[in-house]
Amino acid sequence: MYRETEILKQPGVGTPDVFGDMIINIGPQHPATHGVLHLVITLNGETIKKVDPHLGYIHRSIEKMCESLSFRQFIYVTSKMDYLSSHINNHGCCLCVEKGMQIEVPPRAQVIRVLMDELTRLASHQLWWGAGAMDIGALTPFFHAFREREMINDIMEESCGTRLTMNYMVPGGVMVDVHPNFQRRVKEFIAHFKKKIDEYDELLTGNVIFQNRVKGVGYLSKEDAISYGCTGPTARGSGVSCDIRKLFPYEVYNKLQFDEIIETGGDCWSRYLVRMKEMRQSLSIVEQLIDNIPEGDVQAKTKAVLKLPKGEYYSRVETARGEFGVFIVSEGGTTPYRIKFRSPGFSNLSALDHMARGGKIGDLVAIMAMIDLVIPDIDR
Amino acid sequence: MTKEELKIKLTELLPTATFDESGEWLNIIITPGDLSTTVEILRNKIELSFDYLFCQTCVDWKTHLTMVYHLDSTKHRHQVVMKIQLDRNKPEIETVSNIWRTAEFHEREIYEMFGVHFLNHPDLRLLILPDGWEGKDPLRKDFEDPVNMIKL
Repeated sequence: MYRETEILKQPGVGTPDVFGDMIINIGPQHPATHGVLHLVITLNGETIKKVDPHLGYIHRSIEKMCESLSFRQFIYVTSKMDYLSSHINNHGCCLCVEKGMQIEVPPRAQVIRVLMDELTRLASHQLWWGAGAMDIGALTPFFHAFREREMINDIMEESCGTRLTMNYMVPGGVMVDVHPNFQRRVKEFIAHFKKKIDEYDELLTGNVIFQNRVKGVGYLSKEDAISYGCTGPTARGSGVSCDIRKLFPYEVYNKLQFDEIIETGGDCWSRYLVRMKEMRQSLSIVEQLIDNIPEGDVQAKTKAVLKLPKGEYYSRVETARGEFGVFIVSEGGTTPYRIKFRSPGFSNLSALDHMARGGKIGDLVAIMAMIDLVIPDIDR
Repeated sequence: MTKEELKIKLTELLPTATFDESGEWLNIIITPGDLSTTVEILRNKIELSFDYLFCQTCVDWKTHLTMVYHLDSTKHRHQVVMKIQLDRNKPEIETVSNIWRTAEFHEREIYEMFGVHFLNHPDLRLLILPDGWEGKDPLRKDFEDPVNMIKL
């Protein structure tokens, strides 16, 4: 769509000393950045020549903090990174510790974990749908999305005790069994949301104004998506197969029937479609599992103090935004020697400059909305 | 390719590298001077085609620093870990951001957190930390901040 401005993608063009350039700041306090992200944008008229993200407004140095926390404690800190998929962050950390300790997770706990993951993914996509539409100028979807998200939050509150940063998963399983009402309320939610997701499509997907705002905007080719390390719906919208649940299945994902959604358009519209279709897939996973939770323990018997054998461990999980990786270097002690969190948002953000160059300033907000940035996840 | 097949293949292509099979994936240990040729082979050889750098980080071992690159191939779905030992007092290494664009951000983060200088990096500036943090290397083991850090 922006062929005529291809020249702007050449390196060096983004320097601001050319006549007529204007530099504007979006953020750190701006509703469209969904947190405290600071973008310094070089503009020529309305055309973007360069986007320079300045991070760190919510940097808490979680990696350094984790070096002085035990293998049980550090998992709780990770809930605060990507607060919209805290279950999945905890899950990734637990898998990494379990890999090192060779702990076998009981079947009941595995199913509960996957159920919680998928409910989190649904809640995260609902928030993305509402907030993303609001960024583009449609205010109504936000209220629709929050109505359904509230139901998931209530389910979480009942079983986990909290609504957002659950800290429910522990090495060896989950902390406590689910609430007796869990199955009933999840079934109620499935029945309710099945009708509502069609309403979502009627409200926004078919809307011509919305489609004009996202179609052909923020193009990212398949090769660039791989090179920039994009994952999740951002990369799957460009035709990259990168769903960790399919490629490297963990827990019970290999026994489930679900599709990896891939769109080949590479623009914001494709990324939107991937997420909308993914919601239906998550719903189907929850439906398959909710009546088939096996009986038994929810936690394997583990030692009170975990000591990971000397070595390096890496685990990969699929969050709502992409691939989340945990890299632990252990020296055989009770705390990690070094820990690295590979967050999906960080790599997805690195492609923002490439996607936005040559586009219009108004499209930048649409691009950011469709990447689904969560700033604490990027800053860590 | 499986771990063993990869090892046989890489031994042919990289005669100077050493291998470590203790972890989940094959580890290749190379010297900083061999980096450019090694990444060229890993990225561009059709049977390897490691096109996706999914994690790049650094570990401070108190006597030296180790750069760790986790590589994946979206075509063949095999993984490999590349490691390079660096001098702790003057850490310098060639950038890989020309091969994998994602490294641009990762290297900026490693630069501010560990003080590793990436040669020929297009834009080596602080990314997360505010101005005035150059040369403090907060993720190194000997970093002390009596005001903000609480000893547990």
